Order: sequence, then C-alpha cells, then structure tokens
Amino acid sequence: MSIVETRQEVRPRKGRALSFAKALGRFLFAAATTYLGLLAVTFFIGRVVPIDPVLAILGDRAPSHVVERVRREMGFDLPLYEQFYIYLKGILSGDFGTSVLTTNPVMVDIRRVFPATLELATVGTIIGSVIGVPLGVLAAVRRGSIADQIVRVIGLVGYSVPIFWLALISLVIFYAQLRWVAFPGRIDIVYEYSFTPVTGFYLLDSAWQGQWDVFYDVFRHIILPASLLGYFSLAYISRMTRSFMLNELSQEYVVAARAKGLSETRVIWGHALRNAAVPLVTVIALSYAGLLEGSVLTETVFSWPGIGLYITNSLQSADMNAVLGGTIVIGTVFVGINLISDLLYRILDPRTRNR
Amino acid sequence: MIAKLNRSFRLLSAGAALSLLMVAAPAAFAETPKDTLVEGFAIDDIITMDPGEAFELSTAEVTSNTYSLLVRLDMNDTSKIKGDLADSWTVSDDGLTYTFKLKPGLKFASGNPITAEDVAWSFERAVKLDKSPAFILTQFGLTGDNVTEKAKAVDPSTFTFTVDKPYAPSFVLNCLTATIASVVDKKLVMDHVKPITVDADHKYDNDFGNEWLKTNYAGSGAYKLREWRANEVVVMERNDNYYGEKAKLNRVIYRYMKESSAQRLALEAGDIDIARNLEPGDLDAVTKNADLATTNAPKSTVYYVSLNSKNENLKKPEVQEAFKYLVDYDAIGATLIKGIGEIHQTFLPTGQLGALNENPYKLDVAKAKELLAKAGLPDGFSVTMDVRNTQPVTGIAESMQQTLAQAGVKMEIIPGDGKQTLTKFRARTHDMYIGQWGSDYFDPNSNADTFTSNPDNSDAGTVKTLAWRNTWEAPELDKETKAALLERDAAKRAAMYEDVQKKFLANSPFVIIFQQIEVAGYRKNLKDFKLGPSFDTNYVGPIAK
Repeated sequence: MSIVETRQEVRPRKGRALSFAKALGRFLFAAATTYLGLLAVTFFIGRVVPIDPVLAILGDRAPSHVVERVRREMGFDLPLYEQFYIYLKGILSGDFGTSVLTTNPVMVDIRRVFPATLELATVGTIIGSVIGVPLGVLAAVRRGSIADQIVRVIGLVGYSVPIFWLALISLVIFYAQLRWVAFPGRIDIVYEYSFTPVTGFYLLDSAWQGQWDVFYDVFRHIILPASLLGYFSLAYISRMTRSFMLNELSQEYVVAARAKGLSETRVIWGHALRNAAVPLVTVIALSYAGLLEGSVLTETVFSWPGIGLYITNSLQSADMNAVLGGTIVIGTVFVGINLISDLLYRILDPRTRNR
Repeated sequence: MIAKLNRSFRLLSAGAALSLLMVAAPAAFAETPKDTLVEGFAIDDIITMDPGEAFELSTAEVTSNTYSLLVRLDMNDTSKIKGDLADSWTVSDDGLTYTFKLKPGLKFASGNPITAEDVAWSFERAVKLDKSPAFILTQFGLTGDNVTEKAKAVDPSTFTFTVDKPYAPSFVLNCLTATIASVVDKKLVMDHVKPITVDADHKYDNDFGNEWLKTNYAGSGAYKLREWRANEVVVMERNDNYYGEKAKLNRVIYRYMKESSAQRLALEAGDIDIARNLEPGDLDAVTKNADLATTNAPKSTVYYVSLNSKNENLKKPEVQEAFKYLVDYDAIGATLIKGIGEIHQTFLPTGQLGALNENPYKLDVAKAKELLAKAGLPDGFSVTMDVRNTQPVTGIAESMQQTLAQAGVKMEIIPGDGKQTLTKFRARTHDMYIGQWGSDYFDPNSNADTFTSNPDNSDAGTVKTLAWRNTWEAPELDKETKAALLERDAAKRAAMYEDVQKKFLANSPFVIIFQQIEVAGYRKNLKDFKLGPSFDTNYVGPIAK
C-alpha cells in the first residue's frame, strides 16, 4: 500500500494540476450530461402521462374557449421537441418558469420549501449517524451476541415498517398521549406574527435572532419527524457500519495494535472505526441525499411544507414546471453531496489524495 | 475490554435519556390563542386568491369571508336572496334591467369608499379576464365589448345590470351570489395593474391587477386576507371597516393539514379548533370525545355513476334502468358514506329551488334481471368502470361490482388518479364512470343544464356537459330546462324543475347515488360554528370562543 503512495508523492506539481483540471473537466461533463438526461426524462414523462395539463390548471368546469386559450398561452399546442427546446432555453437564462399551483416563479417556491426539507433531513441524519454508528460498532464488536441481534432487529424494523404508519403511531404516543412534542407543521401559530424567518432554516433563524422560546418551539416541532427520518437512516447506517467494522476488525493491524497492548477503546474507536469511517462517509452522504428527496410521506403526515410535498402536489396537478424545477434542485444537491463526500474521502483517506 | 465498551455505552444512553427529558419538560395541554380560530384544512386546491379567477372549493370559503357581494343567499331559506352591499334592488318590467341601490357609508378594508363604480369595474374585470368562473356572468350576454354598457354605475350608489333575456329573477340573483361577482377595490387594485402588449391572444393592455390579486387582497368582507402561503397557511384578520356585524375573533388561521387522522390528533390535543377533513373512522372517535362536537351540512354536490351511450349495451334504456336497480343504496348509505353523505337519487341537491326528494330505487336483482332480459341480454355482459383511487368512490364501485355480478354483469374496475380518470371521461372513452358534480353556482340551472343539455353530440362538441360526456341527448328535457330559465314566477319555476327531475329519474344514463354532507369536528369551547349549504357560505365571522 505504502509503495503506491510514495510513487504518487513524487509526481511533478505541473502534472498534478493538469490531472486536477482533467478531473474537473470530466466531472463537469458528467454533471452536464446527467442534467440533460434528468431533464429530458422528467420532461417527457411529464408530457406523456395521460393527464391533460390544462385540465389540471383550470379544473373541470372551465368553458372550452378558455381551455383552448390557456393551451395556447402555455404552449401545449406546440410539438413536444419544441416545448422542450423552449424550456431548455428558459433554464439557461435562469428562468425555470412559473408554478401553476402557487403562481410563483418556481425558484421562489423552492427557495421557500427547500430549507424546510433540508433542515429536517439534516437533523434526521445527525440523529441517524450519532446513534447508528455506535450501534453498528457495538453489533460488530459483539458479533453474534444478543446486542448484535437487537441491533439487527432495530435495523430491520426501521427498514421494513412503512414510515407512514410509524409516523402516525409515534404521533399518537409522543404527541397525543405524552405531549412531549409539538404538531403540526414547523412552528406554532402564535409565532406567526413575532418571528420572521430570514434563511428559512428556523432553528438557525431563531437562534440567530436570540428568540429562544421560538427556537424551543421549532425544536419541539422538528424533533419527532427528524427522529423518524433518523431512525430510517439509522437502520441503514448501523447495518453498513457493522459490516465495515467487521471487515476492519479482521485486519492484521488490529491484531498488531492489540498485541502492542493498546486499550480496546483505542483499538476500536481510534483505529478500526477511523478506517471504517472512509466508506461510511459515502453511506451517510447517500442516506442524507435519500432523505432530501424521499420524505414525502413524512412531510404529508406532519404537514411539513417541504419539497417532497411540493413536488408530489405539483405532480398530481401536472404542474410540470414545478416538478422539473424541484427535480433539478434535488439533482444538484445529490451531485453536490456526492462531490462533498468525495472531498471528505480525500481528507479522511490520505491514499486517495492526488489520485 | 467489554467492560470499557459498556462504559462508553452507558454514557451514550445516559445522554440519550437526558435529551429525552429535555424534550419532555412541558407536558401542558395545548390551546390556541383566545382571539384566534385555527382550522385544520386540506387547502391544497387553492391556486389563486383573485375572486375574478378562483373557482376552487377552499378558495370559495376564503373569498366569501373576505369579500362582499351585491346579494347573498339567505341562510334561513337558501332558495331566497338577501342584500349584502345592496340595500335594495328592482327588476324592470321587461325583466332585462336590474337596478341595485348600495347601502350608505360602505368602506373597503383599505379605507376607500365602496361605490357603484367599484361594482361595475369588478364585473368588467371578471368578464374581460375571462377565467374559469367568468361564464357565470357571461351567460347573461356580457362580452368584453359590451360589459361597460351592461354593467354600469349610474351614480355613486346605483348600479344597473342588463341581461340579454327576461330570465327568472331568482336565476340572475342566485348567480350574483357566486364569488366571481365579488366587489373589488378598484382604486387599490389600479395601483398594481401590470401593462400587457396587445396582440392576438391579449385583447387588453393590462392584466386588471390579476397577477397582484392572486396573492393579495382588495375586499370588504368580515375578515381581510393577510397572507396565503401555498400548502402551508391562510391567515385572515378582522376587518374593522366591515359594514355588518363585526367578526368576533381577531384572526382566523387555516392550517394546511392533509391527513384525516392527523387532523383528529391535533383537534384532540387542542392545537386546532376545527378539523375539516375527517373521514368516517376519525369522525366516530370525535363524536365519542366529551370535549369535542361535530356539525354537518348537506352540500350542493351529488355523486353519480354514468353510463356512456357509445357502448351499445349501455345505450339501451332497459339496461340503464336495470343498473339503477343494481345499486345497494341501503348498504352504501349505512356504511361507506355514513356521516359524509345521504342517499339522494335526483340531480338537484337538497336546498336548491325545486329540489325533489324522491328516492324510488332500491336494490332489486330480480327486477333488474327482467329488464336485462327485455334488452336481449339475459346472461348479462362485460363492462368497465373508471374509478379514481380515493374513498368513498372506490368502495361504492366495489359494492356495485358485486351487485351487478348478481345479475350477470361483469364489471371491471379501472383505477386511476383523479386527473387521469377525468381526462378520459372528458374524452368520453369510458364505459362507466363514477364522479361527483358540485353546482357551479347556487341555482337549479347549474345542475339541470349539465345533466340534460347537449347542443352538439359529435366528438368535436365543445360544450362538455355531463350529458355530452356520456354521448346522451335529451332534447325534451333540455327544452323544459331552458323554459324554466325564463319562468319569472319562482313557484312555477320550481315545479318545472321537479318535472324534469322526475323524467330524468325514470329515463337517463345516470345513476345518482348520494348527496355530499360536509362534516367538521370542533372543540366545544367554540360558539356559533356552523357550516353553510355551499362552500361559499361557510362563514367564520360569527364564530366566538
């Protein structure tokens, strides 16, 4: 292993810069084609669904001359490729069109709904990894023991129980019975007048403005849906941690470390986990990205005004500008998170630097 | 080594327990503020707040609480009309000109005075914008070219409205209670109009403030609209300039909540005062709770199963009649629509002028078999039904599948998303369809027209009434409906609609099953909460705590 490393270290500086430019170029090209593919697929699926978009906009009662006029106004009478061309042209000039449902420019809507999802997913992922990683480590260290079995069951339940059902049950317990958490939405209506969000991340906004009562209220609103999402990702994260750790614990350097007389804590948390952490970052990043796009049901149950709910509602109304805009944003975030996890990879694993 | 690990885990679980405790600290009962009404409501149908454009049910409720009209339905007897902004009105002898006198000293929420000029401009912009609900006004012969003549201010307190035919006054006035006729603050909206270049598609040089009014407010109702955030919230505040009895509470907040069970939980916990979308199961639980109560009102929406005459079998009158005997009305009424609907077999909903309350059909398989034999189909046949995948329609379709099978008719259910089945229905490529029809305005003509009128039965027909969508023509009924429109004596007019309904009941490709009842659960500390007979009469002004 170390031989490879040395060889790369001696590469000239210029060559390294060139390889970085190449890598960047490759990345940009890949991103561009990904986007184009994403757009084309979403666009055409949106247009071939057996729903008349004008009907979705105007409802069942509109007189036919209004229907025809709107069809012309929205350009639905043009051939598909022309519609796609017009749409692409708009996007390149930063115009994502206007949502039919909310009548706002799509990007204005997304700026409003996306922070809600992002905040929820971030808290969820933090909960999922803070609990999931130690559980996975425990399961690996005590492989085959009762603890391992319990972690396995916890994981399986999180994976197989419909989150919709789990959400309702947890609402009944923690909200209706115990009254530990608040519901519905992101914030209590009493703060409708006194709290003005700036960034859209309510936890940050309220803390920044020093409104600690608001912060506490927001926390009470977010904790249950975030815990559910956290549980969902915990299931995945703990399984993966377990297998990565098992892999590391069987390595020779662990035996060597133990032979040197290092404490078990150091061996497990300081050596094995640090090595397992490298692929784990990708796992956590992927589950984070998954939470960003896939929390539609949670958002519905908790009346959480996030992007999942926004896209689903738009899709049901054949509001394609909104669906496409949302898809692009989620796609961008997905690519972005992958990129960040790549970078983290480089920081955590010296071997991958300069490669 | 295991002991060490245990220690770190003990630390971890202690931390987890501590954080749980932190969350658990205040376990007090939630309560909405004393001066605020909070409703949990699936408001995701709202797409605009402009009364000249909106035609959605949730918007109808907001608009009717935030805007004033010339006239309104009389809540004590909804077949009658009372003045809103109008103090009095007269109809000319030829039945063409309606003259409205406004109440004195009226003001918009903005403080601007309400004049006949505002009324005239509201009509003008509604007609010229020509959005979905505009036909409610243009059916009186109003066009973009003549509207300023037909709807005009004679002096600051007198408004005249001229129609093209001597219609029944009840018809004209009923249509003026629709939200499209809401009076908007001309002076305020004029500050926000957007210029538009005139071309083939755009006849006028401005948008009449449509873009601004989609999310803003220029009215004079009991409440004023403060904010609407799509899929999140609608906030209304008391309008202190309102001419009538002032609203009791300072503000009303509609919170977007989609799920019935979630609404129920929030209602039980006291985080909302009213739950608006309760399904039968949750409704039951609310009824049993001592702190909660329920209220209901029949709405002007009927659910029907229609048979497309493009299908040779369904075209036969005997088959159509047989199908009316193959619905288990009693079972459906007792279970599937319990609390949310009542069996109703005629097309005019209870509450409207001339509504007929006759339910002659019962499940009668023997009779249906007889009719099918008469139609030359003693062994039945196969047929499909397009059903959107929501309740109660799916349940009703499944029930019909069973009862039809008893007479040998094999019905296949084609499930689909709402917009998808509707698209197919409007292209009339279905066999059978289960749907609902809500009156466009609170007058018998709305339903009578859609169920009987079909001016062009070809596939190219542009007037897509329910009769057209099922390839059905009923020239006799259509003629009588049109005549009723011109009958100026309300009692005679009502009798004509009763006659049309009787004939329709005996002979039509529509199996009308039930009328919708709107239900709501609320906390018992609310006073004077009532639902109205239509979605634009659910008034929140009188509600107190």
